[in-house]
Amino acid sequence: MTTTPRWRALTQHHLFWPVAVLVALLLINVPFTPDFFSIRMTDGHLYGSLVSIVLFGSPLILVAVGMTLVIATGGIDLSVGAVVAITGALTCSYISDQADQSALSAVLLAMGIGLLAAVVCGLWNGFLVARMGIQPIIATLIIMVAGRGVAQLITDGQIITINSEPYKLIGGGYWLTLPFSIFVVAAVVAVTVALTRRTALGLLVESVGGNAEASRLVGIRSLRIKIMVYVFCALCAGIAGLMISSNTSAADGNNAGLWIELDAILAVVIGGTSLLGGRFSIGGTVVGALVIQTLTTTIYTIGVPTQTNLVFKAAVVIVVCLLQSPKFRAKVFGARFGSGSGAKGSGTPAATPADTTPTTAAAPKMEVS
Amino acid sequence: MSATTQTPKTQGSRTPSTTTSKAARLLGDRRLPVLVTASLFLVMYIAGLSRYQNYGFGEPQVFLNLFIDNGYLLVAAVGATFVILSGGIDLSVGSVIGFTTMLTAWLVEEQGLPILVVIPIALGVGAFGGFLMGYVIHNFEIQPFIVTLAGLFLFRGLCLVISKESIAIDDSTVSSMAQAQASLGMGFLSVGAIVALVVLAVAFYVLHYTRFGRRVYAIGGNEQSAMLMGLPQGGTKIAVYTVSGFCSALAGLLFTLYIQSGDPLHATGMELDAIAAVVIGGTLLTGGSGYVLGTLFGVLVLGLIKSIIQFEGTLSSWWTKIATGVLLCAFILIQRAMTARKKT
Repeated sequence: MTTTPRWRALTQHHLFWPVAVLVALLLINVPFTPDFFSIRMTDGHLYGSLVSIVLFGSPLILVAVGMTLVIATGGIDLSVGAVVAITGALTCSYISDQADQSALSAVLLAMGIGLLAAVVCGLWNGFLVARMGIQPIIATLIIMVAGRGVAQLITDGQIITINSEPYKLIGGGYWLTLPFSIFVVAAVVAVTVALTRRTALGLLVESVGGNAEASRLVGIRSLRIKIMVYVFCALCAGIAGLMISSNTSAADGNNAGLWIELDAILAVVIGGTSLLGGRFSIGGTVVGALVIQTLTTTIYTIGVPTQTNLVFKAAVVIVVCLLQSPKFRAKVFGARFGSGSGAKGSGTPAATPADTTPTTAAAPKMEVS
Repeated sequence: MSATTQTPKTQGSRTPSTTTSKAARLLGDRRLPVLVTASLFLVMYIAGLSRYQNYGFGEPQVFLNLFIDNGYLLVAAVGATFVILSGGIDLSVGSVIGFTTMLTAWLVEEQGLPILVVIPIALGVGAFGGFLMGYVIHNFEIQPFIVTLAGLFLFRGLCLVISKESIAIDDSTVSSMAQAQASLGMGFLSVGAIVALVVLAVAFYVLHYTRFGRRVYAIGGNEQSAMLMGLPQGGTKIAVYTVSGFCSALAGLLFTLYIQSGDPLHATGMELDAIAAVVIGGTLLTGGSGYVLGTLFGVLVLGLIKSIIQFEGTLSSWWTKIATGVLLCAFILIQRAMTARKKT
């Protein structure tokens, strides 16, 4: 092969393909909107397509980061959309009951109540999965079904609108010329990465995902780890719920966060985290969520009818999953690159679900994009 | 309700040493969940009778309306039963139903095709969609969950590609079909309800009296063993998803008849109702154990919750979701107790 070692190392990096897709998607926009990359300053705020991609993508990034850890333990959390709705509904209904909706203490208390509800949902999911041993898809299905009902119960079936300056900040406000939600996302991602990669926590999560029983036998409290990741996922969904309801200044029990669980799972998969568990990449997930948001934005800007958005997403899911499937790669690429080189045979290093020694391979080179 | 769900739990928590092999045998009986669901249905029905006696709850037509109003859900749930029995899951049910209503409405209204031509087309598209998903799941060994998720996106997207607006159906054949009633002496059934019951009967026969049915159970019970026994595991898996796609499309047609329009947002989340009905009907989500008759009772219980909420009048529609969630939870815990006992 003529490829230099450096190029080979680059293409084999686990973030290469997600980032390549993201860059390609961004470049596609340029012929259609020439000033796509320009960022201008208006009223002390930065505006531009890139800023809005991050702004509108931030709830998805949050949910997807939580989902990454759940998937890393071999689970899945379908209830995040319902948790988003419940948190938004509780917080907004509490704020709307206040005489002074802009009182900072009331807003903080409301957010606390909302996040507490999210944590309770997470504890419930974790309890069902870890203690009762129920399949994660099914255990989280319960809150997915009932949660929207609860959210509608809280808002009484109405869309509650609020008018609160401090609450507006978290989802629609600006700070240091940038949307405030970007800082929230950055903080959550940074804390998550620090906790999982600077401490042993990430390794424990991956080991539970690799083999829960074996981890228990070597002395890891796998039950506790599992409950923890579900709580963390619900907490992230709760923050995303605050963001979504704050951005629209309204709580909609029916539509807030609708299908965000599917987008989040998609983001995690694009980011190269295997659905089988045992390894994860927070950086990949962030890139994956940005890919999804960029895809949505691209569809808007290049003038493809917006209703085809879902068809595009379906195509992306199918392509990514096929690329992840070892069997598919063996069938399609195997004939050409199979036995010999190995340089190109592992063309999608972001995705090797069959990898049985995930922790050693993934841990050292885990850095945030 | 609580009384019936409590019984098996209390028996399950007794210590094995002092018992009562009777309780153990009862818990190990695969028919138990179906019986629990059936008696839950009876208790709910009797409770409804005593509470809303003066509002006409006791009329036979109220009972028959359960089939008329939930015929499409029954068909979709029967399809989901096949998939879940084989150990898989199909999330695309609701989207395929929505897509079928859209396709039917579009072909009938905008293209002027007669409904008798449209029906086979719609069924064919649904079955083909299911076949494709099954093919990908089997041949590339991707989790059913994620493949059918792609199906969910795809079909919902295709709905929107056909039209963003809902299309009303004014075709005279369709409305005469929708209004046709079969009199049963004490009440009547609609075409949709009869089709649903026929589908149920066929599914019962296929699952319990054909080779294909046994294969579905075998693969759901243990795929490895089924393969070692030489069962054509791939073909069965693909067939199961094809059946589910076909049932979803048929459910979509019934839904079109019931609602007489196509809308890109029809039946969002119906896959959850279908899965919930299957679980409440006592089918194990891990596959390999369950009865399609249980699914019937699951659908009836869900339908009865809806009617009771209507009769109550003061309760809002979202209580349906909450009640479904609570029931789902209770039955999952019962299942858990059962399987835990079997292993030890």
